Amino acid sequence: MAVQANTGQANTGQAATGQAATLAAATLPAEFTDLAPYSDWILPTERERYAKRLASTMEQMQAFYDVAFPRLEAANKYLENFPLADGLPEPERNLLLLMMSLVMVSFPIEVWQQPRVPDSGAAYLDLIIEPRV
Amino acid sequence: MPHFVKPAEGSWTEHYAELGTSPVDYSDSTDPAYYELEKDAIFKRTWLQVGRVEQVPRVGSYFTKELDVADTSLIVVRGKDKEVRAFHNMCRHRGNKLVWNDYPGEEVKGTCRVFTCKYHAWRYELDGALQYVQQESEFFDLDKSQYGLKQVRCEIWQGFIFVNLDPGAAPLADYLGEFGKTIEGYPFHEMTEVFTYRAEIKANWKLFIDAFAEFYHAPILHMKQAVKGEADKLAAVGYEALHYDLQNPHGMVSSWGGMSPPKDPGMVKPIERVLRSGLFGPWDKPNVDGLDELPPGVNPVKHPKWGVDSFHFFPNFMLLLWAPGWYLTYNYWPTAVDSHIFESSLYFVPSKTAAERLAHELAAVTFKEYGLQDANTLEATQRMLKARVVSDFPLCDQELLLRALHKTGRDYVKEYLDGSAG
Repeated sequence: MAVQANTGQANTGQAATGQAATLAAATLPAEFTDLAPYSDWILPTERERYAKRLASTMEQMQAFYDVAFPRLEAANKYLENFPLADGLPEPERNLLLLMMSLVMVSFPIEVWQQPRVPDSGAAYLDLIIEPRV
Repeated sequence: MPHFVKPAEGSWTEHYAELGTSPVDYSDSTDPAYYELEKDAIFKRTWLQVGRVEQVPRVGSYFTKELDVADTSLIVVRGKDKEVRAFHNMCRHRGNKLVWNDYPGEEVKGTCRVFTCKYHAWRYELDGALQYVQQESEFFDLDKSQYGLKQVRCEIWQGFIFVNLDPGAAPLADYLGEFGKTIEGYPFHEMTEVFTYRAEIKANWKLFIDAFAEFYHAPILHMKQAVKGEADKLAAVGYEALHYDLQNPHGMVSSWGGMSPPKDPGMVKPIERVLRSGLFGPWDKPNVDGLDELPPGVNPVKHPKWGVDSFHFFPNFMLLLWAPGWYLTYNYWPTAVDSHIFESSLYFVPSKTAAERLAHELAAVTFKEYGLQDANTLEATQRMLKARVVSDFPLCDQELLLRALHKTGRDYVKEYLDGSAG
């Protein structure tokens, strides 16, 4: 199933079950609202982030990377102040998920110059258990 | 000229004289008849690691484990007495699979008070006892005490749950031997943040162990993952381990691993520099007891450049302990001579902050990038081995553990055949 890559102009009024957070309305912490155009990359699971990577063009991922990477250091520093134990507030959770997508596209951008791992063909490696965020 | 000291015999392989140095016969990875022998000679007689105690935290917590290689499915469950037990996943009435949802071949997990068969509602206690039979009076002299679930040997080492289908097998601690003893005390119980990967691999199970039991391939297959100048240097130098040890039937390799943190940040990718994490794990050691003074079996030669120890517990379990304080497991579950299910889990001390979680994410995602390269290479290998144009392949000194694995497998099969012949 292809994931529709868009420019963040999601028009869903309400989150469909299991597809939470890909909303234009997804809020980010005030300091990081400049990343709002990329909120379609706010995805709750690795599986969704990986699927979006494979469904995206290099141009789309480069555009996201070029804006998000320069903000990573600040975001990381900011996220140090938020303990996971009590659950993250929604804007901070969104920021974390967005930066997880940056991690996901860093391989195509920094290493492979293509969305897929070269020579990985039909091989897959599914993340079936991941720590909840 | 070796960078790290080799044994007096001149090589690791010659140090273990019984291994020989001749090319290794890989028909053990393509011959369907040999695979059938492996099932009985190896997988029905050895201790198999099927999970961690964290997967069964409470009374009634259970998971099922499909063991195609032993033609069975198991239930692992924590009983009312807190003991963890394993049973064949089969109702004693007419053999229906007891615990499953939707798809009979898929693994499930959950929590329950009793196990109830979907077919005729026979019920079993968590300790396997048959508790209830539907319309019991219709049966003939049915002694319920004789129809409990078929139990399987189940023992725990350092929180790792092992099963053994052979009722006469030696205890787990004896089986794990010297390696098991000398790793004890490593703070596995602190590392409960888990990422688990799963894949079906179109290759014999031993080929994937081969891939992860040597690092000789790393500078080449994974070349593009290092920054350019560094990749060239790595390829030119090649790979040498710090130390190898074989404790039949198990083996280990102790390796350097200078990327966590790297000597020079320019050696790693931009995202790694910012998040201080990568393939070798987060650069900053978590603050838990037991990591500063490691058990004697970890970094056995106490090398200052130590990066990771990779233990292979025969037949199909690998345990990797990384210098920055996390661990990784691999399990290879054969499904046919040319296929298996690969499972791998990364275990970290739970992230305290959102930033730590992001560093773990980078380590986990990086693992997948490497794993995908490894996985597809295996299918390529299996395809050509199958041609049987060539059966013997030369293995180098850095491939000691592979040589040992294939020999140990053949020894088990031979012993089994000798035993059943007599």
